[in-house]
Amino acid sequence: MYRYDEFDQKIVDERVAQFRDQVRRRISGELTEDQFKPLRLMNGLYLQLHAYMLRVAIPYGTLSGRQMRMLAHVARKYDRGYGHFTTRQNIQYNWPALADAPDILLDLATVEMHAIQTSGNCIRNVTADHFAGVAADEVEDPRIIGEILRQWSTFHPEFSFLPRKFKIAITGSPRDRAAIRVHDIGIAIVRNAAGEVGYEFWVGGGQGRTPILAKKTRDFVAKRDLISYSEAVLRVYNELGRRDNIYKARIKIQVQEMGIEKFIAMVEEEWAQIRDSYLVLPEEEVRRIEAYFAPPAYESLPSVDPAFDAMRRDNRDFAAFVNTNVHAHKVPGYAVVSISLKPIGAPPGDASADQMDAVADIAERFSLDEIRVTHEQNLVLPNVRQSDLAAVWQELKRHGLATANIGLVSDIIACPGLDYCDLANARSIPVAQRISERFADLDRAHGIGELKIKISGCINACGHHHVGHIGILGVDKKGEEFYQITLGGSADENASIGDILGPAFAYDDVVDAVETVVKTYLGVRASEGETFLACYRRVGAAPFKESLYDAAH
Amino acid sequence: MPLIKAGALVADPWVGVDDGEPLPVDGPVIVSLARFHEEREQLLGRGEPLGLRLKSSEMPAQLGADIKHFALVALEFPSFRDGRGYSHARILRERLDFRGEIRAVGDVLRDQFQFMHRCGIDAFEVKDETALQGWLAALAELSVFYQVSSDGAPDVLSLRHRRNAAYFDSGI
Repeated sequence: MYRYDEFDQKIVDERVAQFRDQVRRRISGELTEDQFKPLRLMNGLYLQLHAYMLRVAIPYGTLSGRQMRMLAHVARKYDRGYGHFTTRQNIQYNWPALADAPDILLDLATVEMHAIQTSGNCIRNVTADHFAGVAADEVEDPRIIGEILRQWSTFHPEFSFLPRKFKIAITGSPRDRAAIRVHDIGIAIVRNAAGEVGYEFWVGGGQGRTPILAKKTRDFVAKRDLISYSEAVLRVYNELGRRDNIYKARIKIQVQEMGIEKFIAMVEEEWAQIRDSYLVLPEEEVRRIEAYFAPPAYESLPSVDPAFDAMRRDNRDFAAFVNTNVHAHKVPGYAVVSISLKPIGAPPGDASADQMDAVADIAERFSLDEIRVTHEQNLVLPNVRQSDLAAVWQELKRHGLATANIGLVSDIIACPGLDYCDLANARSIPVAQRISERFADLDRAHGIGELKIKISGCINACGHHHVGHIGILGVDKKGEEFYQITLGGSADENASIGDILGPAFAYDDVVDAVETVVKTYLGVRASEGETFLACYRRVGAAPFKESLYDAAH
Repeated sequence: MPLIKAGALVADPWVGVDDGEPLPVDGPVIVSLARFHEEREQLLGRGEPLGLRLKSSEMPAQLGADIKHFALVALEFPSFRDGRGYSHARILRERLDFRGEIRAVGDVLRDQFQFMHRCGIDAFEVKDETALQGWLAALAELSVFYQVSSDGAPDVLSLRHRRNAAYFDSGI
């Protein structure tokens, strides 16, 4: 894992002092709320429906046990004993007091954490594949350039007042678990014909009220050019991006309106001017950061552990857990474990302080002190010995963290919705909870197979409904909550935006509608092995429309 | 309006002349790009320093060789949210090699000073004289930066790897 040097630490420490002064000026009345707003936003502090919300950055979703314990401490001391892991691999606290915010940041700085650029119209916290470093098909660990880009984008003098927020995601594998096609910049690490590692750039993806998939702007950007190419994209965006209408200010709209060819031509022209400038990424810096992400000292283990196999054979619950929550590791004898933050009936992504402490302990004992946060609002223990899987499972179970539903119908992404967010039109969390309860029977859920439900409480699409296999969008109709259903969305390497099926459903009917969709799928799928998404892509919307809308008449 | 330059309030020798307003007989003036295009010969023939005021939608890269006529460029920040001026300032300094004064005008607030300064803006038109205190405090808040910036401050990569940080020799 990356560790701060004196410069990284100084930047974060100075930022805490700067923010403390900004909060002091706000509390003394020297700053109006309007003047304070952009300042607090650049430090992840939002004013929500009931209180301030603080969003803390977890760069590329990687944490140590010590850092997770600090997140627990913050939840306990300054909040109501829990935190909420987000779709951008961050954590949010929903109830901090404004006066405490500087102290929270001071505590976080002691474990090399911060809230810098977790909101505002700037380059946000960079996200990456949550299986980084342990996926067998990986070209290179995406966290290396994740850290390089984190540093490059932190307090960037030119790109801190962009037309709108700007999100970068990186995958090091051809299998995209980082949803790069729905980011402002998506980077896929690739190898060219000469065997060199470089970057495929995708630009202009996003969700929100106008969902658009990113388009490829370059097949290969060499390592030395990572920063100069990124600056070229950002500069073209910053100079041309619309300031008159926030709904048209994202780079996706700019690319769409000018056309991808023209956009690429402008980026190329800009890039040619700066490519060989001081922006060339120094090799010694790449090597310095690479060293932090060198593989940990793995033991040489047999690829099969007989005790694990026996336990899997004999214990049905354990077998179910292994089926969904345990994934292949690139090193023989090791496994990757997903921790579901979606227990049946609970708000997706929430963890209590005690649970965070428990995860920290388990990671230190069993996962070489590493934890990941996924954009699907779960946690990952990336380095577990196969022979420790049973013990890890038992420990997780003790803390309510062993729900065997990763990738299944109850592993739902949901935004905070009307319960917390002042932008929302409808509740999201209670809909997620009710769907989760409807499909509480895990045998049934396993029978349904992979199914990603994503719920947003408004058109801003924080719950990623456009790319849900089943997407649910809450809308307000004359003061009543209604829910529009989309099918066939996906955020992986075969990304697609879901299709709207028809009129929206009332709050009381939306769970029935989801169940109807699921039953229809079970009826039309070619085999048990045909996933919901594959089936939808084969049969199209017609059977689902019919069962949802025609059957009633 | 008070003007901050090099960490102090200074007298402003420049006169901003609106479009359509008559030019003063002598003394340095700042005019819009439209006026410069319309009255180019007359403005260049005055034999006085000439300043250019750019809207945030007007890109300095398009000035080309004309940049040599100007001793000052004023960049408009119609709202602190409009960050185009940061790119414009860097283009002026780094691409057009502009060594004259770059002045921020408009919604120029304390908490933007340091970003502006790092992009090569070296003069700040502020609402009142108390802004100087804020300017001095703001520029002292953060002392280390990851990026190379036009104000010549050393960047982390140079410090970390003890490289030569003299990317800019303009002394700005």
